[in-house]
Amino acid sequence: MSETTHRRSGHAVYNDLHATPEFRELRKRYRAFAFPFTAAFLAWYLLYILMSNWATDFMNTKVLGNINIALIFGLLQFVSTFAIAILYARHASRRFDPLAAELNDRYDAEVGK
Amino acid sequence: MSSHALTLILFGAVVGVTVGITIWASRQTSGTADYYAGGRSFSGFQNGLAISGDYMSAASFLGISGAIALYGYDGFLYSIGFLVAWLIALLLIAELLRNSGRYTMADQLAYRMRQRPVRTAAATSTVVVSIFYLLAQMVGASALVGLLLGVTNEGLKTLVIVAVGLLMIFYVVVGGMKGTTWVQIVKAVLLMGGTLLITVMVLAKFGFNLSELLGAASQNSGKGEGFLQPGLKYGVSTTSQIDFVSLGLALVLGTAGLPHILVRFYTVPTARDARKSVLWAIGLIGTFYLMTLVLGFGAAALLDTGADSKVVASGGNLASPLLAEALGGGAGSTGGAVLLALISAVAFATILAVVAGLTLTSASSVAHDLYASVIKRGTSSEKDEVKAAKIAAFVIGGIAIALAIPAQKLNIAFLVALAFAVAASANLPSLVYNLFWRKFNTRGATWSIYGGLASSMILVFFSPVVSGKGENPVTGASLSLFPASVDFSWFPLENPGIISIPLGFFFGWLGTVTSRDLDSELAYDELEVRSLTGAGSEGVVTH
Repeated sequence: MSETTHRRSGHAVYNDLHATPEFRELRKRYRAFAFPFTAAFLAWYLLYILMSNWATDFMNTKVLGNINIALIFGLLQFVSTFAIAILYARHASRRFDPLAAELNDRYDAEVGK
Repeated sequence: MSSHALTLILFGAVVGVTVGITIWASRQTSGTADYYAGGRSFSGFQNGLAISGDYMSAASFLGISGAIALYGYDGFLYSIGFLVAWLIALLLIAELLRNSGRYTMADQLAYRMRQRPVRTAAATSTVVVSIFYLLAQMVGASALVGLLLGVTNEGLKTLVIVAVGLLMIFYVVVGGMKGTTWVQIVKAVLLMGGTLLITVMVLAKFGFNLSELLGAASQNSGKGEGFLQPGLKYGVSTTSQIDFVSLGLALVLGTAGLPHILVRFYTVPTARDARKSVLWAIGLIGTFYLMTLVLGFGAAALLDTGADSKVVASGGNLASPLLAEALGGGAGSTGGAVLLALISAVAFATILAVVAGLTLTSASSVAHDLYASVIKRGTSSEKDEVKAAKIAAFVIGGIAIALAIPAQKLNIAFLVALAFAVAASANLPSLVYNLFWRKFNTRGATWSIYGGLASSMILVFFSPVVSGKGENPVTGASLSLFPASVDFSWFPLENPGIISIPLGFFFGWLGTVTSRDLDSELAYDELEVRSLTGAGSEGVVTH
């Protein structure tokens, strides 16, 4: 088998790492952030689409000069996207990366670089 | 000097610079990791630029600003799905894929499944999505270059397709991922720079007052208040409203399943860099769509968008270039000619970069998944594999050229949306299941890919975009792919996503629960550890 084939190594170290409390914690932290935020932004985006289609009276309300709620709602989609992205990056480097690095080091110590 | 001559000179400059970069990159490309993944040596920022370069096609640059110029708010509504979608890539896909895959989308599935069936399935959907996208870009390129250079001769337009096709084959065959990535980076810088310039000029005209710009746009459009409100394009009927929801779903869920985007995550050394690249991409793409909002409303405010205007005749595609000309002093002025030529060259660079990324991705999948793993069963050398990838690039490029030439006369604008729908229905379900569902197995993977692929394509085939939409009352051209006299449509929506995405997920579930595959299940622990920690994933290639 040449190295062109990419597949699992079957190395026992993975099962050991999988069983560690650090890995369980890393997985818990990752899922606790990624899943709810994915659900939240999808719901927020769907709400925007549905309201643009079927709540036009509300969306057409003018707020400031020619700027209406529809435009503000659309711009808020940009704001929420940027905000979630920044929040995730900060959260990940503080809460995921140290654990991942530690587990990665254990792997390297076991298998060699 | 006329604007056309100036445009040609700038086109030449774009070609010269990108060809130079490609030749330079080829000197640093030797093995498969270089050819497929650019040696995994790009920084997060560089890859973020390249992702933006791959993603912001001429359809988004010219198409979205054009849609805003013609339909006002609804054009903006359309652009939002393209941005929001990146959160799926950031939160669920980029880092995990970087850690658990290698060169292609299929790698990540093959890691714990039976190699040949999943690689064949993933390669099929990679090639189908890429060819659809490619075809739309190439046909768009010939129409666009024709418009920008004022060419109406059919032979010359065909020549444009052939030239664009040959250039893209050259980038991919000679430069591999390294060359293609640098082409994307150059294009992204040009596109952001050009768009920023025009945006600032538009805003300056209105004293940096957004409300004033909107007011002028709605007044000049002749559509009044409605121009600033949702509904002008998508709110025509209940069917068109549901159609838009369906499109929105495909955009949001399809982006993170586009093969040419997925392979970009392999070009960086670590998962952290993959995260950084998506962050940069979100910043750049978001800023870009905010600027197209100004461009679109600026075009509506400053240009003639009446029934027989140039903007309407081009379907909105010329809104940005003509806006640039108007801002420079109008037709015939030197300033106008310079700005028009500049924006045209930016559009041209955009097209070249996107088609190169698509060709590289499908050639990689054919060589790595089909040739090396399915046919040669992992016995081929790296050298053979790179050679196979180069041959595949020639073949795929050739097929794209051959299909694009007759497609020029057909209405194929639906192909980009279809590519997103297939990516969302066939690719995303298998990726998400594979990363997060222990029981997911080979049959589940192949069923979700083939099931999602088939359902989106069958639904589109029997939809109004293929037949039965009638004809354009002015030009008499068919609004569907087939001539207006043919009608075999029964599916009312133009976008299949709302049905085909749930079907893709359903088939993946069904295939999984109807078969047992203990190997895949056992291997899930390894995949999970590797995807979350990066343990055992490949780093930078050093020569």
